[in-house]
Amino acid sequence: MSEKLLSVQNLHTSFFTDNGEVRAVNGVNFDLDPGEILGIVGESGSGKSVTAYSIMQILADTGRITEGRILFKGEDLSTWSERQMQSFRGKNCSIIFQDPMTSLNPVFTIGNQMLEAVLLHTSRRGREASERVQELLDMVGINEPKKRMKQYPFELSGGMRQRVMIAMALACEPDILIADEPTTALDVTIQAQILELIQSLQNKLGMAVILVTHDLGVIADMCDNIIVMYGGRICERGTAREIFYNPKHEYTKGLLRSIPNVSNMKKKLVPIAGTPINMLNLPKGCAFCPRCDAAMKICLSEIPEEISINDEHKAACWMNVKAAFEEVKKQ
Amino acid sequence: MSENLVEVRNLKQYFPVKTGFGKSIPLKAVDDISFTIGKGETLGLVGESGCGKTTAGRSMLRLYKPTGGEVYFNGELVTDKNILHMRKKMQMVFQDPYSSLDPRMTVEDIIGEPLDVHKLCSNRKERREKILELMDIVGLNAEHARRYAHEFSGGQRQRIGIARALAVNPEFIVCDEPVSALDVSIQAQIINMFEELQDKLGVAYLFIAHDLLVVHHISKRIAVMYLGKIVEIADSDELNEHPIHPYTESLLSAVPIPDPDVTRARHRIILEGDVPSPLKRPSGCPFRTRCRYATDKCAEECPTLTDRGDGHQVACWVK
Repeated sequence: MSEKLLSVQNLHTSFFTDNGEVRAVNGVNFDLDPGEILGIVGESGSGKSVTAYSIMQILADTGRITEGRILFKGEDLSTWSERQMQSFRGKNCSIIFQDPMTSLNPVFTIGNQMLEAVLLHTSRRGREASERVQELLDMVGINEPKKRMKQYPFELSGGMRQRVMIAMALACEPDILIADEPTTALDVTIQAQILELIQSLQNKLGMAVILVTHDLGVIADMCDNIIVMYGGRICERGTAREIFYNPKHEYTKGLLRSIPNVSNMKKKLVPIAGTPINMLNLPKGCAFCPRCDAAMKICLSEIPEEISINDEHKAACWMNVKAAFEEVKKQ
Repeated sequence: MSENLVEVRNLKQYFPVKTGFGKSIPLKAVDDISFTIGKGETLGLVGESGCGKTTAGRSMLRLYKPTGGEVYFNGELVTDKNILHMRKKMQMVFQDPYSSLDPRMTVEDIIGEPLDVHKLCSNRKERREKILELMDIVGLNAEHARRYAHEFSGGQRQRIGIARALAVNPEFIVCDEPVSALDVSIQAQIINMFEELQDKLGVAYLFIAHDLLVVHHISKRIAVMYLGKIVEIADSDELNEHPIHPYTESLLSAVPIPDPDVTRARHRIILEGDVPSPLKRPSGCPFRTRCRYATDKCAEECPTLTDRGDGHQVACWVK
């Protein structure tokens, strides 16, 4: 068996707050192949960002991985020292965040901040390092890199800042790039520029990308494989075409019905009833059960297991089990 | 024309920006825009951040004092003197449901405030009944009346904001990005509610948003803004199928469509660079610095909106 680049196994992450334990991620499993673009989609509070932060081990102070393993090229990250983790972040795996304004340091120049990444993670020094920074800025489509290096973040527009973030993340050619809502704060035309950039860099450098977003349009555009999350669990996973054209989880179906699309412009949208889940108080059974139209008795009490729909598609919904039983009965 | 509910003529909104030593230069947030909205119609207003779409909506209701131009409502000119009276007919729903509700007021008082301001209820009982009726219309429970805004989720807060706007029985509501702060599954609930209210009450909307799919879904006509100017107005299907202005064309092609086959088969037109600062607007056509078709004429003179048939108006020299 070929070794997976990244393997997340039964990941549980909790935040211990004054109001009690918030179980943000509850048993997430997935593998990432080299060069794959994986999309994780979900609403706020679905655990998609926390999953990403758990991989990088950059959770807030109150957060902790309570169960499960994260394997990078077969090695368990939890056994690594903080020193090893520091070199993992950047060299093996980088992250870009939603808001490029708050993730850059306002009191240092762009060049200064980028040099830090190059000096920390590579053996380049002095002139060589500064040339590398210019090369990186050039690669992400920033003109006059020499001049930009002397500028501060506030002097750049949102799109430019996100380009700087990407350049910084790519400083040591990581195997994995995690993009956490990379275009949410940007305008549509700038979003298109950044997505195009991520795609072309991925082609050129061949890294794997984990794209975390709530925007189904971005997911449809960019990803080979998709994971749909709700309430800290994976509802459904599969190839982009399987998820969009053959959804098998009631939440995914509801989500696709509730967004305006080219095919339903003149029709009324079908919203998902109710309000998003309260993570302090997870239901005993399926997390989506309180908002699900098709909920059955078993959904209230038992958490559904993921079952295979076909080779490229898995879903965790009791409806599929019911459908399978009925199929058998008929025969 | 008599069937126009709202008519905006040459609306201008400039803000002075201090450049030091007592000097200031005008920031032209909205620069000479004109459009009309019919009774019970929805006009979508789209554009990128900083294009002046929110300012346009606010100036129409005189939340800012417009620098120039007129707004007519039902044929009557809106002025500083009659605006209080006019706000009985024109209301607004704000983008951020977290900061647009007073945290120290109960839901009952928030929704009741416009009733008090316009003295629409003669006694407490009538006021209470009216508030409960409004809460019912927007899908809130009566028991929520005595709670505070922080006790509600984003979607429910937006419902409170809508109930407040509906309190005076308006004929026209400016909706400023009413769904962009909400989760995807909640957006559809609010969009449907806007549509149902329109069917029931016949209210007209100016629907300001940056999400083109949402705007296309809810609007009959769409106006596209760029750097304070309207560059194109058309019927929403017409605009989506046959955009004429180069900006509209690239804007539409940049929207990721949640359908893998459709979105991957499309040809994306990627615009170079960023939107110029409104303080340093290019001469002539504001879009020419990023336009693929720009000619010398575009730099000299700013194109005005011209009708290309069936009310499809475009401001472009080339196309």
